[in-house]
Parts: sequence; C-alpha cells; structure tokens
Amino acid sequence: MSQLQEHLMSAESTGNEPDISPAVEAVSSRPVFSLKNLEVHYGAFRAVGDVSLDIREKEITAFIGPSGCGKSTVLRCLNRMNDVIPSARVGGEVLYHGVNLYGEGISPTEVRRRIGMVFQKPNPFPKSIYDNVAFGPRVNGVKSKAKLDDIVEKALRGAALWDEVNTRLKASGLGLSGGQQQRLCIARAIAVEPEVILMDEPCSALDPIATARVEDLMLEMKSRYTIVIVTHNMQQAARVSDRTAFFTTEVNPESDRRTGRLVEFDATQKMFSMPSDERTEAYVTGRFG
Amino acid sequence: MTTEQHIDELPNLSGSSQRADKAFRWVSIGAGLIVLVILGLITYTMASRTGPVFRHMGFRFFTERRWAPPKEIYGALALMWGTLFTAIIALFIAVPISIGIALFVTQVAPAWLRKPMVYVMDLLAVIPSVVFGMWGVLVLARHIKGLYKWLHTTFDSWPILGSIFGKPQTRSFLTAGIILSIMVIPIITSLAREVFETTPQSEKEAALALGATRWEMIRGAVFPHSKGGLVGAVMLGLGRAMGETIAVALTIGSALGQLTFNVLAPGNSMPSLITAEWGEADALKKSALIAVAVTLFVITIIINVIATSVVQRSIKRSRGAV
Ligand SMILES: Nc1ncnc2c1ncn2[C@@H]1O[C@H](COP(=O)(O)OP(=O)(O)O)[C@@H](O)[C@H]1O
Ligand SMILES: [Mg+2]
Repeated sequence: MSQLQEHLMSAESTGNEPDISPAVEAVSSRPVFSLKNLEVHYGAFRAVGDVSLDIREKEITAFIGPSGCGKSTVLRCLNRMNDVIPSARVGGEVLYHGVNLYGEGISPTEVRRRIGMVFQKPNPFPKSIYDNVAFGPRVNGVKSKAKLDDIVEKALRGAALWDEVNTRLKASGLGLSGGQQQRLCIARAIAVEPEVILMDEPCSALDPIATARVEDLMLEMKSRYTIVIVTHNMQQAARVSDRTAFFTTEVNPESDRRTGRLVEFDATQKMFSMPSDERTEAYVTGRFG
Repeated sequence: MTTEQHIDELPNLSGSSQRADKAFRWVSIGAGLIVLVILGLITYTMASRTGPVFRHMGFRFFTERRWAPPKEIYGALALMWGTLFTAIIALFIAVPISIGIALFVTQVAPAWLRKPMVYVMDLLAVIPSVVFGMWGVLVLARHIKGLYKWLHTTFDSWPILGSIFGKPQTRSFLTAGIILSIMVIPIITSLAREVFETTPQSEKEAALALGATRWEMIRGAVFPHSKGGLVGAVMLGLGRAMGETIAVALTIGSALGQLTFNVLAPGNSMPSLITAEWGEADALKKSALIAVAVTLFVITIIINVIATSVVQRSIKRSRGAV
C-alpha cells in the first residue's frame, strides 16, 4: 500500500471528516482540498501568498484574475507540479482529504496519479491516439490488451471524443484539430481515473465552438470528478463553475515585483452578482484587468 | 495573429532590403552549387582513375577477399568488412554510453553539473585522432591483454560467443573498435543531448502529470520525440567511425584478408590500408587503392542518405503527417 493511501485511510478513520447533515451537503459537499496560508516563491521572488480556501468534492472551482496573479502557480501546487521547477518553493499547507501533500513521505508521482491535469496548450504525445490515452494506465501497470482497450474506449467516451476518433485510434494524436487534441488530453487525464482534474486555461488555445464542447464536457464530468479550472475568461467561469476564487496582484513592500494574493472566494453566482470586495466587482464588471 | 500582422507589414518594407534578400538568396544558391561542383569533380577524377583495377579485377574487386599485390590480386571485401566491423563494434559500445550520458546531462544532472560535463565531453571531441591511436597502442592494447584472454577462455565453448571471442590478439578489431568508440562518444553524446533538449517542457509535464516517474517520462515523452534525431546521431557516428584512418591503422593489427566474426582477431580497414600502402604503390595498386577510397566514399554517402531519410520520416511522423 502506498504511503499516500495509508495517510488517507488514517485521516478518514480518525474522523477528520465530520458527518455533514444532508441539508448542508446539498449546499456544500465535503472539501477535497484545503489550502492553508499557501505561498509560493520562485527563488527569492514571492509569486503568490496568503491563499486559504477549500475546494469541494464534485464541484467546479474556478480561479480567475489578471495575468501573473499566480493562478497557475496555485493550481500547480495541487498536484505537486511545481516540483518540476527547481526554483519553486511552497510554503503553508495543501491538505488533500486532510493529508498535507507537501508533508514528509508523500510521493509526487502518487499524488499526480490521483490528481490529473490538463494544460493550457494541448500537448498530446507524438504517438497514436490510442497510445496517448493508454500512457497513464500503462505507467500504472495495466498490461492486458483487452483491459487497455476497454480503458481507452471509456476514457475517449468520457471526453466526448470516441465518435470522432474510433475509426483511427492508430493515427497520430497530433493529426487532430486543436479542440480534439484538448479533449484527447482530457481523455488521457481521466484514463488513470483520478479523483480531481486540474485545468489550466484549457480553452485559451481553442476556437469558440471547441471551447463550448469542452465546457459542456466539464459540466458532464462534474458528476464524477472534482474540477479546478484556471481561466481568464470570466464568462467561462460564470458559465461552468460553482465557486470562484478571484486573485489579484498587489505591490510587494520588499521588491518592485507584484505578489499575487487571493481576494475573494465564494459561490460563483454571488461573486458575479454581489461580490463583497470592490476589487472583485471592478474585475468582474470589466472595469479592471 | 502576429504572423498575419507581419505579412501585412511586408509590402511596406523598403526596396533595398528586398534586394539584399535576393542577393542573399543568390549567394547561398551559389555556395551550394560550388559545393556540388567540387564534390562532382572529386568523384569524377577519383572514379576515372579506378579504370586499371576494374579492367584487371572486374566486379571481383568487391567480392574477392584477398589483397595480394605481389600476385596482383586486389579484393576489397575483407577491407570493407574490417571497416564495417570496427564501426559496428564502436557503435555497440558508444551508443548506450552516449545516450546514457546525454540523458543524465539533460534530464537528471543538477544545473551546476551540466556545464562542466558538457565542457569535458566537447574537449574529448577535439583531441587529435593520432593521440587516441597512440594511446590505444601504448596503453590500451597492453593492459587489455588479460581481459581478451579471459574473454577467449571463458566463452570458448559457447555457441555464438565462442566464435565472437576467438583467438585473441591485442591489436584487433575490438581494440580499434574501443578506440573508435571513445572517439565517437562525444559526437553522439552532443547530438543526442541537443535532440533530447528539443523535447517540449509541456510534453514532459504531461507525462509527469499522469504520475510517470522520471524514467517513465523519458520513455514516454523524451524518446518518442527524439527517435529520428537519435538515428541521425548514430548514423553520423557511424560515418565518423568508418572514415577514421590513423587511430584505426595503429590499433587494428594490419592483417589482410580477414573475413571473420572474431572481434579479437587482427584485421584491416579501408582508410588504414590506403595510408599504409600508398607510399610504395605502382600504377595498378594506386588504382586499386583509389577504388577502395571511392568505395568508402560511396558507402558513407549511402549511409548518410539513409540516415537523412530516416530522420525526415520520423520527424514527419511525430508531427502527425503520416
Ligand atoms: N517558472 C517560473 N519561474 C519564475 N517565476 C515564475 C515562474 N512561473 C511563474 N512565475 C511568476 O510567478 C507569477 C505568477 O505566475 P502564474 O502563476 O503563471 O500567473 P497566472 O497563471 O495567474 O498568469 C508571475 O509573476 C510569474 O512571472
Ligand atoms: Mg497561467
């Protein structure tokens, strides 16, 4: 049993999750992530700080804010992708079902198998469609051809791509259109059956029709996955998300660079109709950023 | 969007820079043509001097094992084999090591270690080949005797390895192959390094985000991206190994007519035979040596053409334009 699994089980058995009455649950499911005073430095530069928020199960949480405010940085803390950047240092806590992902003995690869990611630019491997989707399961030790076939079909159906590609699974993933490539990347991510899917501006490279398809797909996937999406498109956040976190940058007293911080985090409906912070209001009404 | 803007701007460019553009094109076309002409002239003058030996030996020049000037028998078969055999041995040793080093430098080594490693490898590439050759004779051949004996006695009774590790001699195909491998490692490593570095960070992250370990990421993202480039790197190493003259001449043992799989046997290669025998050659022999050179040249070109097409095809495939 992996260490992360052990941590998770012990977190559950010690009753870290208090029972929630059904009435409350309808309003808010249990948190999958709790960020506590998260801050990230790149070298000496404090890119983002003071981020505390809960991400709830089977909801879509959107991160919005002007460019450079640290949305991607925070998102990449949720599956330890910042480990890839040598200069990045993470402070504070990222609790995943009560387990600190940056705690001792946590393996980043194990974390990433549970928390999938879709990137801004569609980035399929230079391999066939089939091999793209099968990559994750293979890495996880699935060898049987029949089982792989099954997983690939399921994932492609899950990403609403099956009908378009089932006759050419052996063709290169790079031959698909941009929107199809992004859905292939989503299929690739869900093929390892993660609990959470992180999406960093997944539609910014897509045309409006492809964007609409991916948004529909996200809404459809919500019943099975917890989704966190970074977007600079406020309409998109308003259309798809249940909760929205608004980040901005503010002048750093120690340096001339601006540090990102969380301004407000609330139900999307409230964020876009009557936000409590005037900076949020300025941003969502388009007067700023 | 930005490219569209650029295109819109083009007509506004001044005429003079368009002229410069045209001039540049002609200069580059001219330079390319000069190279082709020189290549053609070399091939022509060389090939035209092979007449005597082909009139004498005919096509048997390529199929005859023996090279016996006193009897006026000139066959290039064993020489071709010697060249190919040593080059293959060299690649057998050099390719895994080079890929290992390149992977280490690009994917594993911390940033502070990268520069010194690259520097040392590049330094290795500029050592004159005669130095390698002399080192091979004076140091390697002497100290490797024990290993060769051990290989021979250990594998003597084995089915295939027995004939590969036959009767040992210190100057042999293997000794030349080892020296060649040291010489091609820097070349293959530096090309492989460049090839690996072209793997987009986004693809590496895609693999890692699926829970791949570093090695799985390399297999899943870096290798598929690098296949074509690696084939090219290996082929260039092969060309370099096949063309090497002096280091091989010093270490291969200069035995004629050897057509064997025994890596521990002495042999000879095309370029090293040419340097050894050119001095005291009569007209027919000179013609034969030139024919050997032309043969080497043609083989090298064929290998390069194949390498280029393999690289192109695999680049196209990875772009999805099958
Ligand atoms: N790899 C990195 N190295 C150094 N600084 C970085 C790196 N990635 C992002 N940053 C900096 O961190 C800040 C937040 O970046 P990012 O999270 O990408 O913002 P967003 O996604 O909101 O546009 C920016 O100032 C950016 O320049
Ligand atoms: Mg970003």
